[in-house]
Order: sequence, then structure tokens, then C-alpha cells
Amino acid sequence: MGGLSVLPSVLLVGPQGSRPDLGAAIKEVGLKGPVALITAGWQERESDDQALIAELGVEAVNLKLHARAEQLFAADSELSKAHVERQTRLKQLHDVYRIRLDHAFESARAISVRQLDAQMLSEERQVSVEVLRYLDLDHLERSRSTHREFEQLYQPARRKEVMRHRDELRRLIEPTTAVVVAGGHVASLLYRLKLFDVLSLTGPRSWVAAAAGAMALTERIYLFHDFAPHGTGVAEVLDEGLGLVKDLVVLPDPRHRLKVDDREGISRFVRRVAPATCTAMDDGARVFVEDGRVTRAKALRLAPEGEGHVGWKT
Amino acid sequence: MSAPRAIDTLKAGPHTTEAVDAFLAAHKFPLVEGPAITFIYRGVAEAVHLKHWVFGLPSSQSLERVEGTNLWYLTLELPAASRVEYKLEVVRGGHGEWMQDPLNPAQARDPFGANSVAHGEGYSVPAWSHHDPESRPGKMDELIVEGRTFGRRSVGLYIPARFRRTRRYPLLIVHDGHDYMSYASLGPILDNLMHRLEIPEVIVCLTSSPDRLAEYANDLRHAIWLTDELVPTLEKALPLDPRPQARCLMGASFGAVAALSTAWRRPGFYGRLLLQSGSFAFTDIGQRNHRGPLFDPVVRFMNEFRARPVAVAERVFVSCGMYESLIYENRSLVPMLRGTGMDVRFVEARDGHNWENWRDRLREGLSWLFPGPFLMVYE
Repeated sequence: MGGLSVLPSVLLVGPQGSRPDLGAAIKEVGLKGPVALITAGWQERESDDQALIAELGVEAVNLKLHARAEQLFAADSELSKAHVERQTRLKQLHDVYRIRLDHAFESARAISVRQLDAQMLSEERQVSVEVLRYLDLDHLERSRSTHREFEQLYQPARRKEVMRHRDELRRLIEPTTAVVVAGGHVASLLYRLKLFDVLSLTGPRSWVAAAAGAMALTERIYLFHDFAPHGTGVAEVLDEGLGLVKDLVVLPDPRHRLKVDDREGISRFVRRVAPATCTAMDDGARVFVEDGRVTRAKALRLAPEGEGHVGWKT
Repeated sequence: MSAPRAIDTLKAGPHTTEAVDAFLAAHKFPLVEGPAITFIYRGVAEAVHLKHWVFGLPSSQSLERVEGTNLWYLTLELPAASRVEYKLEVVRGGHGEWMQDPLNPAQARDPFGANSVAHGEGYSVPAWSHHDPESRPGKMDELIVEGRTFGRRSVGLYIPARFRRTRRYPLLIVHDGHDYMSYASLGPILDNLMHRLEIPEVIVCLTSSPDRLAEYANDLRHAIWLTDELVPTLEKALPLDPRPQARCLMGASFGAVAALSTAWRRPGFYGRLLLQSGSFAFTDIGQRNHRGPLFDPVVRFMNEFRARPVAVAERVFVSCGMYESLIYENRSLVPMLRGTGMDVRFVEARDGHNWENWRDRLREGLSWLFPGPFLMVYE
């Protein structure tokens, strides 16, 4: 964490699709700007940031991490090739994980409707959850190992082009007071944040992050969509995030993505990610974080019983 | 007690021209009332028949005349979410004329013309199959393939709207692709599913055969042409992802046989298969299926495959209509495919052997075979 003994303040915000409120969030925490803006989750549309900057209401400088990564790969073919190979490997790992996950989920569902006595059913349900937890952890470990191998072999931080971009980023970030991260494609955003090790450049600055941006700041990112076009989706772990927010799993836009009345499904997921707290963040949601821990929240906290509780304080 | 059906009310009332006029003006036809669907024809005739292709029901059913009028009717019970294509046969002077239902504007086109369409309660044409002005349309192109097998052949190409040479794209090869575009709304569906992030951006190759019944029936020449001539030509011309999981063969009816048999001849080359209402005829004893000699090569292939089923791809999406006779063959094939270890998804629909059935299953099939980034995007 850039050698920081205390993690920076973080404000997590809900989705920005229908009612953008990043600007309101910035006002709420009294940030004056200028801010470093990250829209890498928008990928090729990264520079279409005029409306967002206007909405923020403070001066902002876009770090353009997506475009930088494109430039970097164009200039450093060895790194580019290695990056593609790593992504291919991650996709293959993910495919295999997904097959196991689907089958484990089907087993869990089949066992949950067996005519067993209550105690045994409860125990078996817990075993089903443990199987899912094991698959998640195993997948994370395999992904971690792939990243480690990439880092050791290619040492991106010591490569000329990466260093050049990091110098530029340092200069851009230097006058800013906070970092603002928009949503979008969470994997694209996460890998670019990591590629340039942005966290080591931002020091104690506060972070305000929405949707995919909020997910990227947590320790563990889960992908989910209960209304997948080919039937109910099973949530899956993507990778480790930046870890600025501890023990929290962020699920943005539950109104469109989560069957909140599926208590069995919610309960299974909450127990699967425990001891992390699971929060569903809809329009207007806020989660305030100090030194990695949630201090208060205006968001739906999902409980092990499958219910949602609005807002909480620790 | 349920409300009387509109046709019963008409029958009970005065059988006048005015009453029939009022009845026709008050309703849309065919008339759907819960599970009951009433087909109507008005006109002078000796007999009127409903002609449809619903396997399991008599393919010709007579309409009755409301006494003292020229109004003909037939009420059927149709399960919810059903979709039925039909024509009316109107008999005059001893001669039957097949026609679309003059009272029903809903039609489905196919290479042979058009049929009228009846929708059971709960069915609606999927919104994602309509043109959406927010979805950027892909670009259509054509490519000439010079091959040793069939000489010079032209294939259609669908290139996604945001195509970039620096990216690698999955490849979807569609048997009877031009018909899929014309009759199953494939173009708008691809535009929409990509726009909604439900499938990734894919390059689609549309093939059509001048002799599909021969070439699609497990013909070695077709498999060689696809795998050794078409795909390499496409890979030279376009930035395609060369991994098997990024290659999909798709087809309906005999096209599905072509897709499965081509993959079977080169296991592992195609990682994805989308098989719709496959004509997977087989025999448990003997070599001749009741469907006739046209199916003989299919029967030989299917019997061989069924005797020694092997994994030919990673993921296979199979769909079939419950109202087509091929449901038996498709239901029978699915456990066999699953037994090989392939990841198989099977979907049945209350529909027949037609293009709109195949259209309606495309979202589920394509998004399962090629999941788009919707799971990754949180705005």
C-alpha cells in the first residue's frame, strides 16, 4: 500500500447510470479538487469524460490509464505479448473454475431440496457453501500465482516505458487532493490500475469510487448478474482488488442485477464470502471507509439469513 | 365460472350480417382467450381447413360454419407461450386453395413464402430481435473463397460496428447464414446482443450451399471446405482468435447436422456448436429411417455417432421445438452429448420447425456459447 501505515479515506458510491451523483458525493466529503480522474473502465471511451467532469463540479485531470496501456503495449512488444499470454491463461483458468462452479452450484441446489431432517439439511447446506468457498479461494490462488509469475519474469515496474508513464502519472497526481474512479469494465480497470501501480503514486489522498471503481478498491471482486440472458447466473470471483477496503464485497446496481427476494441465493452468497460483509449498492448508496474499515454506510447490507438491511454503522 | 368465449356468444345470438360484422370489428384474430385460440374465416366456401405443422395434432382440422352465416371457426386449446405457423385451406368448387389468414396480419416468412402466425397467451416477439436505433449496426461484406473442393464460392460477412484490426475476434460460422439474416433477424440480433454486452464482438461468416441436402448430410467435402479452406481464408483476411473456444459452428435442421458432423470429423477444432432443430435421424435397428432416402447419409452418421459418441467441442447449445417431430431425435441426442463430457445446454420451445423458433432461441444460445462482457461491466 505504498508504505502507508494508515490507509486513505475512501468513499464508495453506487451506480452512475440513471442518476449520476459522484459530484454530490465529492461535496458531501468536502473535497475541493483538483482530483485525479480514472475512467479506464470505459475502455476506448475513456476520454469521453466531459459530462462526468462537469458533474464532478471540481477541476479534474484524467489519468487516461487505458490509452497509456495501449501506448505501452505498442512500444513494448515483449510486455504486450506477455500480457496477452497472461490474459489467455487467466481466461482458461476462469473457464475451468466456471465449470466447477456451475457443477458445485447444481449440487448445492439438488441437495437443498432433499428430504432431510432440518439439522442435516443445515449441515449439508454449509458443506455446499464450503465447496463454493474452496473453489473461489483456489481460483484466486491460481490467478495470484499467474500474476506473480508475470511480475517475476517481466518485471513491469522496471521497464522503461512503464517507468516513463509512471513519471508522468506522478506529475499529474502531485497537485491533486483526491482520486476519483468511475465504473465500467471492472477487469479492464483493475488491470490498468495494477499495471501502473497507481496506488503507490497516490499516497494518503482520499478515494471516491463508483460501481466497478468501488469493486476494484476492495480485496476481492465478485462478478454477478441474476438476470443473465441464459438463465440465472452464478456469482464468480474475478480477482483480488487493490485492497483499500477490507472485508467488504461490493455488489453495485442490485435493482438490475440481483434477485433481492431470493433469500436462499442471497444467504448462500453471504455465507460464501464471509467473514466479509456483503453490500448491495443502488442509486445514491454510500459506504464510508477509514483505514480500510467501513465506518458507516447508506447501502443495503445483505445478511446471512438472506435479508437486506439498509445502512449500518460499525 | 369462466366467461363464455366470444365465438359462443356469437353463436348464441342472432346470426345476422350485422352481428358478424360487429364480432369481426370487436376482436383481433386469431382470437386468444386464455388457453383457447379461435381461428376465423369469413367467406363463401364448401369447407375450410386449418393447416399447420404442429407435431402431435392432426395437421388438417376443419373449421365449422356458424349456422346461417359465412363465418367459419375452429377453437383449439394451445398451451401458454405457444407459437404456431399455419395456413387456411378454403375449398370452393371442389378445389382447395391454401392461403394466409386474411384476418391475421402476423406473418412469418421463409424461403418458401410466408405463413400466418398464431401466438398463444404469454408469447411475444422478443424485444431484442427488433432493430434498436441505439445499437450500432454491423457492417455486411462479402468474401470470395477459392477452394479445391467447391471451386469459387462467396460467403457473407458480418463485421461488428466497433471493429478494430488490433483486436482478435471470435468466429461464428452460420450454415444457411443468408436465410438466418432474412428470416431469423440475425443482423439486428447480433447488433443488439453486442450493444447490450450479452455477447462479445464476433465476426460472423454466412455460408449458403447450392446443394445443402447433399452437402450438409455428413459430406466429407463440406467438412474439408469449412475447416481446411474457409477458416484458413477467413483467418488470413481477418483478425480472428485462433483458439477452438473462439470458433463456433451453427446451423438449423440439416445445417445442424452439417455443424455436428463437421465438428465430429475434426474434434477439438471447433470449440462451440449451436444446433437448432437438428435433423438427427437415426435407427435403432436397420439402416432406413421412416423419413426416407434423403436422410440415409444422416442416419449412417448418427448411428455411428450414437454407437461411439465422442466429445467434439467444449460447449454445445441444442434447441428444438416441441411441436416438431424432430423433438424425439433431439431429446434423445442430448444425454448422449452430455455423456461425452461436453458442456451441453438444451432448450425446448413451444414452437415448430421454422425460422422464428430459431430466431427466438438465439439470445440464449449465443450468450451461453459466447458470454459477453455484461458480467464485467458495472456503470
